[in-house]
Amino acid sequence: MLRRFRLEEPRSIAEVSELLGRFGDSAKVYAGGTELLLAMKEGFVQFERLVNVKGVTGLNEVKQNNGEVHIGALSTHRELENSPILKEKVPALAKLEKNVANVRVRQVGTLGGNLCFAEPHADPGTLLIALEARLVAEKGDRKREIAAESFFVDAYETALEPDEVLTQIIVPVPAQPSGICYMKFGYLERPSVGLAVAVKLNTAKTEIDDIRIAVGCAGPAPKRVAEAEALLKGKSLDEATRNIPQAGETSGRASQAISDLHGAQDYKEHIVQVLLKRSFQSALSQCT
Amino acid sequence: MAMTMLRSSNLQTVPVSFTLNGKLQELDVEPHELLLDVIRDRLGLTGAKRSCDVQVCGACTLLVDGRPVSACTTLAFEVRGRSVMTIEGLAENGKLHPLQQAFIEHGGFQCGFCTPGMILAAKALLDENPRPTEEELKHFMHGNICRCTGYKKIIESIMAAAKNMSEATQPGN
Repeated sequence: MLRRFRLEEPRSIAEVSELLGRFGDSAKVYAGGTELLLAMKEGFVQFERLVNVKGVTGLNEVKQNNGEVHIGALSTHRELENSPILKEKVPALAKLEKNVANVRVRQVGTLGGNLCFAEPHADPGTLLIALEARLVAEKGDRKREIAAESFFVDAYETALEPDEVLTQIIVPVPAQPSGICYMKFGYLERPSVGLAVAVKLNTAKTEIDDIRIAVGCAGPAPKRVAEAEALLKGKSLDEATRNIPQAGETSGRASQAISDLHGAQDYKEHIVQVLLKRSFQSALSQCT
Repeated sequence: MAMTMLRSSNLQTVPVSFTLNGKLQELDVEPHELLLDVIRDRLGLTGAKRSCDVQVCGACTLLVDGRPVSACTTLAFEVRGRSVMTIEGLAENGKLHPLQQAFIEHGGFQCGFCTPGMILAAKALLDENPRPTEEELKHFMHGNICRCTGYKKIIESIMAAAKNMSEATQPGN
């Protein structure tokens, strides 16, 4: 059962920001509601007011701009799974979206809502960190960009200020030759471990020019694992492949895995290692 | 009495006008009312079931503008100006939909609790992809849970319906 709340239906980002500023903690942004309404029904959180942001137009478009893809925060998972631009430019993200939860959740759940709610067992944040995505936050006439890797502070906690609104997700289109892979593991409805690798090779395809690794779901928030990247970056493919087990161990520790219904801490750390190895191989195989 | 009036004068209601199984419905809802409660308790259509209540099982699936949603976690005001279909609206003039017919012919249900959601989800699938592969079907339907059939009969039912429906729309038939 949901408790009563009042509904606000602003038409602009400025109005949303103003309402959030005026009502503070007693109000919450409501978009797809797939996470928020569950938490409210369970009684984990209560709000006097929900601010329905779906009346703000222009926030569900996917556009190309100077080698980057701009994704409106209100784009639903289903829209992104089927977006021709995303499928062509960042197919790994379109594929991730195709495998979020189930078709009913994807139909109404938004990417922006998913990121802002910061539920630990979510897919997109991990891949967005590996992709060096930037999140655009607005309030009033102020606009700033937050790197995806700095956005997730803790479980259910983000770097957004209380009256800031996430409006866009900017994803750089990877330079070639490169490969991107997101893998998840889990036997419950939500993923237990998620891992993303984005690798860029030199033109001769003999060395790792750059690599980004991010791990999520196992601990409170998705995070980049720079220490594991350092074991692989600038290395020949053979050397990097030899270093993968060590990078896996490092990533496992960095995941801050906790023991819960999804599995024990050491089990999750082991899964991180396995996923890193497989994701790395898959990303390399895409570097054609 | 005074208390009730005081409370009711503070209540916020949202006028909702939508199409339910092809017929216009107009009613006022409170913002927190869930679509499943409105459809079942206020409008008396009990085909959609409340089961997991957390968007996992699919028993409460309804079609909103032809797309599957979990009515258990959809606020009722969201259907303003939209078209809602429940299992009760699927048969036309007393004639079962080919999916319903196929579920009967292929034993696609046992206790029947998940069936309204299964059939509506399958309709959404076939509307966008009339001849899915078995893999596409499984991916689309994996969020609808059945505890009786073991799914094989459900898959057979949907594949049979897809075949029947596309053959029926071939020219010359």
